[in-house]
Amino acid sequence: MIETRSNPAVRWPGAGLRTWWMMLVISLEERLAYRGDFVLGTLMRFLPIVTQLFLWTAVFSATSRPDIAGYSRNDIVAYYLLTMVTRAFSSMPGLSGGIARSVRDGSVKKYLVQPVDYVSFLLASRIAHKLVYYIVAALPFAGVFFLCRHFFPPIPDALTITSFVLALVLSFLLGFFLEATLGMLGFWFLEVSSIVFGYMLVQYLLSGHMFPLDMLAGIGTGIPGLSLADVVRWLPFEYTAYFPAAIWLGKVQGTQLVYSLVIEAGWVIVMAVACRIAWWRGTRRYSAFGG
Amino acid sequence: MNRYATIFATFARACLVRDMTFRTNFILECVTSLGWMSMNLAFYLLVFTFTAEIGQGTGWTREPFFAFVATGLIINSIVQALFMPSAEELTEMVRTGGLDGVLVQPLDAQFLLSMHRIDFSAFANGLVGIGLLAWALKSIDRAPHFVVWLLYPLLILCGVAILYSLVIMLAAATIWMGRNQSLYDFWFYLTNFSRYPAEIYAGPWGSPLRALCTFVIPILLVVNVPARVIAQPLEGQGWGMIFAAVFAAVASLLISRIVFQLAISRYRSASS
Repeated sequence: MIETRSNPAVRWPGAGLRTWWMMLVISLEERLAYRGDFVLGTLMRFLPIVTQLFLWTAVFSATSRPDIAGYSRNDIVAYYLLTMVTRAFSSMPGLSGGIARSVRDGSVKKYLVQPVDYVSFLLASRIAHKLVYYIVAALPFAGVFFLCRHFFPPIPDALTITSFVLALVLSFLLGFFLEATLGMLGFWFLEVSSIVFGYMLVQYLLSGHMFPLDMLAGIGTGIPGLSLADVVRWLPFEYTAYFPAAIWLGKVQGTQLVYSLVIEAGWVIVMAVACRIAWWRGTRRYSAFGG
Repeated sequence: MNRYATIFATFARACLVRDMTFRTNFILECVTSLGWMSMNLAFYLLVFTFTAEIGQGTGWTREPFFAFVATGLIINSIVQALFMPSAEELTEMVRTGGLDGVLVQPLDAQFLLSMHRIDFSAFANGLVGIGLLAWALKSIDRAPHFVVWLLYPLLILCGVAILYSLVIMLAAATIWMGRNQSLYDFWFYLTNFSRYPAEIYAGPWGSPLRALCTFVIPILLVVNVPARVIAQPLEGQGWGMIFAAVFAAVASLLISRIVFQLAISRYRSASS
């Protein structure tokens, strides 16, 4: 049961933490109701990788190259599997649409009068959603990764694993603030599905979800010395799929790894601020009628 | 039969009027499906910058492969336009009891449930598919034999029939289970196997998978057979595949009809 505090000004130490905990517990219970569907859904998401495995095997069989853009066939399969992990962190199904819907149908107004911050609530429920997803999906993921272990290079050193985990956490935050900001556009446009679609399209192509972005290194932009891969490196999208996977496979190392982590953290801050500004400005122009 | 054609034409007209009422939405939906398709085409183009062929000695070089992709676009756009919107509605109809209204109509329930809604925007991909096929065939030196031009539309219809049967069987599963969102996802993931030439499924794991997707769930015959007929020379083995595709289409339709009738007979209304 949620305890609503009538006077938010009178707060005991740890009250904020308790609200967060309650929001987390509610969302956990909500999500666990559909655990069977989760397991089935998780396993099915690996099916397209089976097709990719055979496609790239066929591609390598027809070429004399030992690797493509620095990736052997096994690297590519491992890459696709690792992007599944990254997407499990960075994808936020229904977030933008949910925010825009709550603006459209007026349900957002309860967050304006309750002592609960909407963005924090969304973040807490998303963390809960993800936690349940990881708990339920851990088994199918472990099974698939065990079966496919021979595609992976040896387990990297502790520093690489730490960077990988850090990149994953940042990818979660980046994905959250990116999509929450898109949803906040609902204050201006009401229906954001076309904007979300445009974002998904660009995101799918430039995040590395379809193929390792290193493959774009040979494609020019018309500017001498600047490839498409160089341009993509500065955009936020690659941090939601490509980057963590590339860290694990040792494709990004040393100072390049540090730079990329800093850029990723920079994008998280930029999008968190953008989300907050969109919320402030959006709620100032928002008007709701009726009960 | 004439009555059904008239009713289908009425459905089509009503859906077209509805689509044209919300014209911007219609254009956006066309752009949506064209966007996803363009991304896939960009991916295939990228793949062909690294290799000349998909699978050594398979004959699936760039232009024939794009004829394959075009065939897939045409077949999928027909299925997406004619059958998927209705099948997707069925889940809600079972859950809410709306199916009762369909069952008391003096019409075949399978016809009503699988063809009452048509999504005209899905034809956009099919049109691009026809353009892509024309470009690919122009780029292939060898012109298809006139028999091929007769066989190709027939095999496209066979592919549509196989996919339609699959949709109907999943719809039947909805009636049994009450709700089956995952099974529709399953349809998407299953048809994913038909997106590439069957030759890529080779080796100790690939060969059984190929056999399974050819003889048990004939998903690999859907695009592969018409695409091979139009893009590659028609040889002895090709005729076997053509007969297999026609047989699979007829058998799929029959089996799906039986499964659907069985499911309807087990239906228990959810409405009050």
